[in-house]
Amino acid sequence: MEANIAVPNEKKPTWGGGGVKPFGASYGKMMMWFFIVSDALTFSAFLAAYGLTRFKFIDSWPIADEVFTHVPFVHGEFPMIYVAFMTFVLIASSVTMVLAVDAGHQMNKKKVTIYMLLTIIGGIIFVGSQAWEWNTFINGTYGAVKTTDGKILQFVDSNGKQIALADFVVGDRGNARVQHTKGNGLWFEDEGTISQYSIAQIISSYEANPDVQIRTELIDLDKKQKTILSREKGAEELAKTRLIVEGANLEVNEYGNTIFADFFFFITGFHGFHVFSGIIFNIIVFFNVILGTYEKRGHYEMVEKVGLYWHFVDLVWVFVFTFFYLV
Amino acid sequence: MAHAQSHTKRIWNVFWILSAITIVEVVLGIYKPDVLHLTSFLGTSPLNWLFIILTLAKAYGITWAFMHMEGEKTWFRRAVVWTAVFLIIYLVTLLLIEGDYLYSTLAPLVRW
Repeated sequence: MEANIAVPNEKKPTWGGGGVKPFGASYGKMMMWFFIVSDALTFSAFLAAYGLTRFKFIDSWPIADEVFTHVPFVHGEFPMIYVAFMTFVLIASSVTMVLAVDAGHQMNKKKVTIYMLLTIIGGIIFVGSQAWEWNTFINGTYGAVKTTDGKILQFVDSNGKQIALADFVVGDRGNARVQHTKGNGLWFEDEGTISQYSIAQIISSYEANPDVQIRTELIDLDKKQKTILSREKGAEELAKTRLIVEGANLEVNEYGNTIFADFFFFITGFHGFHVFSGIIFNIIVFFNVILGTYEKRGHYEMVEKVGLYWHFVDLVWVFVFTFFYLV
Repeated sequence: MAHAQSHTKRIWNVFWILSAITIVEVVLGIYKPDVLHLTSFLGTSPLNWLFIILTLAKAYGITWAFMHMEGEKTWFRRAVVWTAVFLIIYLVTLLLIEGDYLYSTLAPLVRW
């Protein structure tokens, strides 16, 4: 029993359990593990809430392959490729981290330095990729319209492939509407960015082009694809247009359910914030390694503790990857 | 702990296994074979089950090898893993049942 209790003692400092090691784990390492348990529960709560919402809208949830299709510097559609690259980068940086821990056990300062540096670089590449992913998501690709009953209508060509508004909308917007700015407005008011098209213009372009069809959010559960409406039914739905949607924000997005984008921003954002703080911790430890702090201390346990955090971030990404992009 | 033996080889092995699993997931995610994707097994498609199982395999690899859970004392490992796994299964089960209920209640009210 005594072995499991931290006994205050005149000679030993009590912070850190007074040198007593329950379960043979040091104070810092154990607390890092317990923090990870609580953080894991936070992330699972987010993902479980995502699951609940997805089940709630199971017949209209956006299909990931149609949302995340882009790769930097390359035109065309390559679903999954870029996010697979991001996953790979994070796993690779986990490996360099664990190699740094391993080198730390051997008190090999030079190797620890190199591996810590590689880990930091991996983390920066990941966060950069996530920023790019957000940017693509926010700017959108195709554009869609939202109807008075809150549904998103997307446009497809005769092959069922999604097309952008710019691909079929022709003519003039017809109402001479211009962006209202602070400079020319009353009371210094301005407005959000308005679309370069007008609703009437989209409707008349749709009617003029028989190749364009409308895709609704409803999923055909036998084929697991979104339903494409007939020309007549499409015109009927399009007549209810209330808003032109290009890209995504917290209120509306061109991919489908508003809450889909909300969860995307919230969960990947929270994970990205973890990666960002992980990079900061790694940088601090990296400089401590260079300065020889751990050499003087006689062990590299700090590298191990920050390593646990870093692997946890990788662990969370594995689940985010599965539930946002695969399932 | 100083000058402990190096585990470099094992670390790289785990890395290759994790990468291979990711590649399998991505290939399945891109091609989505109809046999796996359009059929149903225990409430969702076999493809989804495959993704979930592969994900858990990856999580096991990361926790046991990279986070070195395998080297911790048995009951410390259990204090961390059992607690988290139990609470997560509990929460996920309840919320997914609730989500399914919401769908069955609300979906008939939506006109497409």
